[in-house]
Amino acid sequence: MIAYLIRRIVYGAAVLLGTSIITFIIAFVIPADPAVAMAGAKADPHTLATIRHQLGLDLPLYLQYAHYLGRALHGDLGRSYIRRSSVTQLILSRFPATALLAASAIILSLGLGIPMGMIAAARRGRIADNLLLIVSLALISIPVFWLGTMLLIAGGLYLHSFPLGGFDELRSLALPTLTLALGSAGYYSRILHTNLVEALEQDYIRTARGKGLSAARVLARHAMANAMLPLVTLAGLDLAGLLSGVVLTETVFDWPGIGRLAYEAVFNLDIPLIMGTVLFSAFLVVVANLIVDLLYAWLDPRIRLGEAP
Amino acid sequence: MVLSLVLTAMFAAQLAPHDPTRAVAATFGDPGAPSFAFPLGTDELGRDVLSRIIWGARVSLIVGVAAMAITMTIGVAIGLLAGFFGGSVDFALMRFTDVMLTLPALLLAMAFVAVLHPSLLNVLLVIGLVSWTQIARVVRAETMSIASRDFVIGARALGGSPARLIVRHVLPNVMPIIVVMAVLGTSGTLLLDAGLSFLSLGVPPPTPSWGRMVEEALIYFRTAPWLIAFPGMAIFYAVLGFNLLGYGYLRARGTRVGR
Repeated sequence: MIAYLIRRIVYGAAVLLGTSIITFIIAFVIPADPAVAMAGAKADPHTLATIRHQLGLDLPLYLQYAHYLGRALHGDLGRSYIRRSSVTQLILSRFPATALLAASAIILSLGLGIPMGMIAAARRGRIADNLLLIVSLALISIPVFWLGTMLLIAGGLYLHSFPLGGFDELRSLALPTLTLALGSAGYYSRILHTNLVEALEQDYIRTARGKGLSAARVLARHAMANAMLPLVTLAGLDLAGLLSGVVLTETVFDWPGIGRLAYEAVFNLDIPLIMGTVLFSAFLVVVANLIVDLLYAWLDPRIRLGEAP
Repeated sequence: MVLSLVLTAMFAAQLAPHDPTRAVAATFGDPGAPSFAFPLGTDELGRDVLSRIIWGARVSLIVGVAAMAITMTIGVAIGLLAGFFGGSVDFALMRFTDVMLTLPALLLAMAFVAVLHPSLLNVLLVIGLVSWTQIARVVRAETMSIASRDFVIGARALGGSPARLIVRHVLPNVMPIIVVMAVLGTSGTLLLDAGLSFLSLGVPPPTPSWGRMVEEALIYFRTAPWLIAFPGMAIFYAVLGFNLLGYGYLRARGTRVGR
């Protein structure tokens, strides 16, 4: 159990190291001259020279990366060029809003997706199954930004029951959550359906049926136990996908979170801030996966008792 | 649905009632409501929305399919190499895939476009660079199972070079799953392109892509919501079409794509 956890933590750290290499490449290697990219094309030579020196661009690449990594490990992601403050502080100040939105969206999407997947699996091959397949595919296919805008128009403009974006009261959470959750709900419903159908073909289900248990009970207790585990893993991994949706949702609803911060950073070509948000998102995904691994170890006796997963 | 899209894109010039780039209605700077002459209304420059959506089908489909081609090239190459050679090659490539999976695709694409410039080619490359991971994983799994079958082992024993083995024996057998992934993946690239366009990071104007039409219409959301509604529906229709085609095929075959 302990060995398993240490392995997962080392693995997570290695993945983060990889993401830091990628953000480093995007920020410092791809642009012909990062100093120009940061200061703008109209900057005078003196400013450029100062920036180059500050960034250590006169050093060889591997040393530049070592410095970049060293600073990142100390929580220093550089300074924003437009806002003139620390990237880390900017991100942390925006984090609660994003965390609230993402958490409520995950709860809603699981709350919708799990029953949909269960009903589809229970009614396999019947009308309800096919109908739910089409509904969940439709949910997956809606462009997030468009759904958000339409909900904003319908709820805020015509019904006057929701604020037109921003975040000042609990009610303003409703529409962004719905926007973000519907796509994931369709996705989870598909995955759970596949897992359940597979689980229902196993021997132990036949045994449970043989004991004379009702179909509903077999599905809810026995098949679900095995179908839920992969779904938990997926929900952790899917956080990366959810964060992509967060950028669009926050932009539509003017939500004061990290996604909106990233959008503003791209709009202003504020490269340290862009890289900071990318790296921080990767950090969140790695932490989420670590938590999922912990849950998994706790739920699955094979891992808890130290056998190979 | 996909067929109707392809036909619309091919015959855009014949189908579109008006020129998508020229003002056809005298609206004096205000978007025109849907009417008999202009069923989906006109935009702030007096251009016919229906015609713009029909022409947009061409742009969006070309971008979606071309980005998919780049995605597939990267994903299939990495999946084939990792699955065929196994060992340290597999380890290195799959850890790289894990790293890419950790990064939110849209955010990574935004970062790329920010340091490059939003030209058509760059947008295609960026979408390809951020969306190949799923394909690489599926192709790798398929390749592994095929490479361990008797006929491949036999060909290897006869002294076939790895390149020949992959191209002649493994690739043809992985092809069905590649086709399905390409169809499903196109819905993904279409959505990603629409998202980027919506953030003004997509293919630059005046090319009327659906995502950008939504973005440009945002400032009129109080007075002209139809400007937002119709292009969005077009994106939805296209993405759903590709998803239904892909899943329908999978269901008919009774197989499923790995997670």
